[in-house]
Amino acid sequence: MLLDAIDILFTTGFWVAAIRIASPLIFATMGELICERAGVLNLGIEGIMTVGAFAGWITVYAGGDLWTGVLIAALAGSMFGLLHGVLTVPLGLSQHVTGIGITLLATSLTYFTYRVALADSTSPPKIEPFQPYPVPGLSEIPFVGEILFTQTPLTYLAFIIVAVVAWVLYRTPLGLAVRAAGENPVAVEAQGISVTGIRVGAVMVGSALMAVGGAFLTMSAFNSFFFEMINGRGWICIALVVFGSWRPGKALIGAILFAAFDAYQVRLQQVTGGVIPYQIFLMLPYVLSIVALIVVARRATYPKALMVPYQKGER
Amino acid sequence: MASNQNGAAVLSLSNITKIFGPLVANDAISFSLQQGEVIALLGENGAGKTTLMNILFGHYVADEGTVTAFGRELPKGDPQAALDAGIGMVHQHFTLAENMTVLENIALGTQGLFAVRFNRAKARDRIIGHAKDFGLAVDPNAQITDLSVGERQRVEILKALYRDARVLILDEPTAVLTPLETEALFKTLKMLVAKGLSIIFISHKLQEVMAVSDRVLVLRGGKMVGEEVTASTDRKALASLMVGEDIAPPKIEQPKTGKTVFELNNVSAVGQGTGSSLQGVSLQLKAGEITGLAGVSGNGQAALAALIAGTLSPSTGSVSINGAEIGNWSPRVALANKIGRIPEDRHAVGMIGDMSVTENVVSERYLSGRFSRFGFLNWGAARKFAEDIIRDFDVKCPSPEARVRLLSGGNMQKLILGRAFDGNPQVILANQPTRGLDVGAVSYVHEQLLKARARGASILLISEDLDEVMTLSDQIIVMSKGRLSSPTKRGERTIAELGELMAGHGFTASANSVSEVATDAA
Amino acid sequence: MRLEPKPAPTLAITLAYPAMAILVTFIIAAILVMIAGAAPLQVFGLVLKGAVGSQFALVETLTRATPLIFTGLAIAVAFRAKLWNIGAEAQLYAGAVMTVLLGTGAIAAPAAVLIPIIIAGAMLAGALLLLGPAILKTRFGVDEVVTTLLLNFIFLLFVSLLLEGPLKDPMGLGWPQSERVVSEARLPRVIQGKRLHFGFILAIICAIGVWLIMAKSVLGYEMRAVGHNPEAARFAGIPVNRVLVKTALLSGGLAALAGVSEVAGLKGNLTLDISPGFGYTGIVVAMLAFLNPLGVILSAIFVAGIFVGADAMSRSAGVPSYISDVMVATALLSMVTAIMLTRFRIRWR
Repeated sequence: MLLDAIDILFTTGFWVAAIRIASPLIFATMGELICERAGVLNLGIEGIMTVGAFAGWITVYAGGDLWTGVLIAALAGSMFGLLHGVLTVPLGLSQHVTGIGITLLATSLTYFTYRVALADSTSPPKIEPFQPYPVPGLSEIPFVGEILFTQTPLTYLAFIIVAVVAWVLYRTPLGLAVRAAGENPVAVEAQGISVTGIRVGAVMVGSALMAVGGAFLTMSAFNSFFFEMINGRGWICIALVVFGSWRPGKALIGAILFAAFDAYQVRLQQVTGGVIPYQIFLMLPYVLSIVALIVVARRATYPKALMVPYQKGER
Repeated sequence: MASNQNGAAVLSLSNITKIFGPLVANDAISFSLQQGEVIALLGENGAGKTTLMNILFGHYVADEGTVTAFGRELPKGDPQAALDAGIGMVHQHFTLAENMTVLENIALGTQGLFAVRFNRAKARDRIIGHAKDFGLAVDPNAQITDLSVGERQRVEILKALYRDARVLILDEPTAVLTPLETEALFKTLKMLVAKGLSIIFISHKLQEVMAVSDRVLVLRGGKMVGEEVTASTDRKALASLMVGEDIAPPKIEQPKTGKTVFELNNVSAVGQGTGSSLQGVSLQLKAGEITGLAGVSGNGQAALAALIAGTLSPSTGSVSINGAEIGNWSPRVALANKIGRIPEDRHAVGMIGDMSVTENVVSERYLSGRFSRFGFLNWGAARKFAEDIIRDFDVKCPSPEARVRLLSGGNMQKLILGRAFDGNPQVILANQPTRGLDVGAVSYVHEQLLKARARGASILLISEDLDEVMTLSDQIIVMSKGRLSSPTKRGERTIAELGELMAGHGFTASANSVSEVATDAA
Repeated sequence: MRLEPKPAPTLAITLAYPAMAILVTFIIAAILVMIAGAAPLQVFGLVLKGAVGSQFALVETLTRATPLIFTGLAIAVAFRAKLWNIGAEAQLYAGAVMTVLLGTGAIAAPAAVLIPIIIAGAMLAGALLLLGPAILKTRFGVDEVVTTLLLNFIFLLFVSLLLEGPLKDPMGLGWPQSERVVSEARLPRVIQGKRLHFGFILAIICAIGVWLIMAKSVLGYEMRAVGHNPEAARFAGIPVNRVLVKTALLSGGLAALAGVSEVAGLKGNLTLDISPGFGYTGIVVAMLAFLNPLGVILSAIFVAGIFVGADAMSRSAGVPSYISDVMVATALLSMVTAIMLTRFRIRWR
């Protein structure tokens, strides 16, 4: 049994699944990372992912193509980001309470809309989701190529997004402004850039990514929308941002490690054959998140202005 | 510096008025700045200097009046316009993001926000060029965290120059500098003027104003009360313009020095989060004396204050009170040993803004039988205590139920004095007790400290204001890099000597020599 | 734009903005109702009728309000000290599990003894569940928002494990549910034959007790000081970490009572769906009450009324009952905005 448990780690199927499971987390973690780097905690993540999952899926169900669905999901997410941004940045409301409120609102609005739009259907209709697209050439590289390059286009997009976020944050003037806004907003305002603009913009873009993360679930991982399908993934992403020390690369590694663990526990359940209650396995990802937080909390260098509202002319 | 009254005005403010509720912060202020000129804007705290500069910079919008730069009126409430017009500002509290490099801080916002790539090389060349031209040596790749205060100020100046500033405004630039660094700053300013820049120098320190400016504008209570050519005025005239009335300097009687009541023996400690630390510090505070602690802020004063207040425990060394060593050290133990504490930051640490006057004044002794029983508070007694303080310390507030946030800084400080002085403490920690207060409140605080001294309290006065320290203190100690100099009696060291010590020179003084001097004095 | 603090707001303003917040909530709900193809006024009428239109409706609303008062109090207490307890859901289940452990025959005692034991045991369980995140926060600096949120998922899985294992009812036809608690463990009914049970009275008593603690006690004073300004509190000698731990114990204990109330008062046994998110709704209840413990009673009844009324309405008018969740979330956001506006004035220049 022990050997079986270790063998899993060397199967391509396991790693392909891990990358698939990581994809929505990567989108949402990058989204949260952008928000927090600009100084805004976004606890709306869980609800915004729900919105994205629904919006992308319903668009396709209504006849739109898959990429239109992704776009609509991103737009819907950014609208909730706008609401969160306006309430917490210029109005300076508690980021905790507002974030929870956004999650409650986004989730309930989604469920309401679902019921209104699909009043007659007893089980959620299915769509034709993104199909795996083996990248010519690359996917033929043994093991690594099979794992990384036989995924769906949306997974490739997730990895591209990490590179883009890293580039923007560290290599562009905009990224400089975003990082400074999360560190010392006064420095940003003194250089003639609007802190409000930067922060609200970051929350909108971040929320759009969260929504795409949600959409991955309905449009790539599965082919339908279920209630409660986000199932705490948003909260896990918040932990992943901390675990990744607010750096895109580290957060990416965190997301993949986490997903590998998640994929592993599912297979381990099969190997152990019901000796250990399945709930224990399901708990592990959440427990792991908490453990990860404890490990990094002491030495975490978080953005200094995170959760600190900024008012013009005040110092 | 050469006066240049006849050149073109590079900047002019006309009729600027700004009203906050009942307060007229700026009342029809007009002046203009000529090219190559240094104007000093002189005034007490609360005279309206900072408001005026915030208007000039578009952070506030004036209710009336206009700002014209190089012949063009600036749009209101637009910081970018002020920057574009060539106005640069060096704030009193630096506006730097600490986890970023010098280069990043300087270039922030100078390249198109949506450019695909931040052009680091271009920024570096330009910074190095400016640094060379103006003699402002600084490493573009250094993290701000690693820089000294003087270096950070240079970065602030470079930030303005990088944007081609032709007018530079410096808000209380010397407050955080050692006398040596101040000298260097003045040299830099001279060089800037020689290159054609114009400067507004905001200060409340007379000798600096006299040293650096061509013209002095005096603000008081939001009004411009005087405009003098520096060469034809003197400190005394400016002082009376600035204060408006002759406030008699405090009358200081001979100290009735008693026994040592508070003692630190070779204490080391690291303050949380501040990076402020103490390295083998020994200190003796005697009854009936004011000990003044001079030094540039950020040299361990915060840690020393936290230690005396009880919020920081020594990692090595010991605290003794009345000769007895204290084991567990905490705010409650400090309070129980009759230490009265006036914290540096009254808003963040001294008071809880969203709670009432009553709730705030009992915060240090709500557990005593006087204010609570069986876990429940006696709000009647608490209110009575608040009323006593309001009366005894002449606090202006609508009622004991008023939220403290709505009080002025001076009234807040009076509440803190009332709370700290309750029960006649034997040791008083006064950390920057007059910072940001207007003249009246300053002299009130001084009076109260001297009164406490007269009844035998031992006072440690920590202040950035060297004049304040030299006026009030019976003995003066200088702090630098977490160490204390040997104490000297009133008048034994000149400002220049203190300045040397503040800069960290001549610090052979170890814990031993401190106690030697202390023994001599005893 | 900038925010300027207003001096002490008048009573009219203190009431006007929250009233506007409720109005905004109803306007948004009306738009959604129209999208769903129904007439807003008629729908609101049905909601009102379903919530308070009959004795049955009223009893139902108060019954639904009972757990919300407990979770609302739990949140109000925690948020006062700025301890962000988002884990009331898990603490509720901890109380429910304890009720089943103690109340299904483990202890043979008359009701007058057994019920207090259950209450104490449940409060202890809920308190301990929040103690973990509180210690992680004070000792290691781990953000309690994430830990309490994640604990909700962990604990619900744990309950599922219990209900399919040790606590499973052998007579339950395979359903994941516990045995029924013995009759001595059942909270008596307030009115004979109606669903409203003693839990409601207990909730009122708790609200008054919490109000006394917050307004009059040393602990309440310490909690408010820590919540408003921990640094100043620490300077004044208030033991901030200890106060946070005490707050956590009180908050967790109160949330657990919602579990007792649902199991011992209403359902009789534990299932995985005894709480349709009472723990999260408690946040809304507490915010609508401005964190005032006595206000929590009113806001819990208001929120419960919307839920109960919307359920009844959706059966007859065909508008999804999720409208109530939307309204509750909207009320939360508009109310926090309203509270801000009573204290600050927006200046656009």
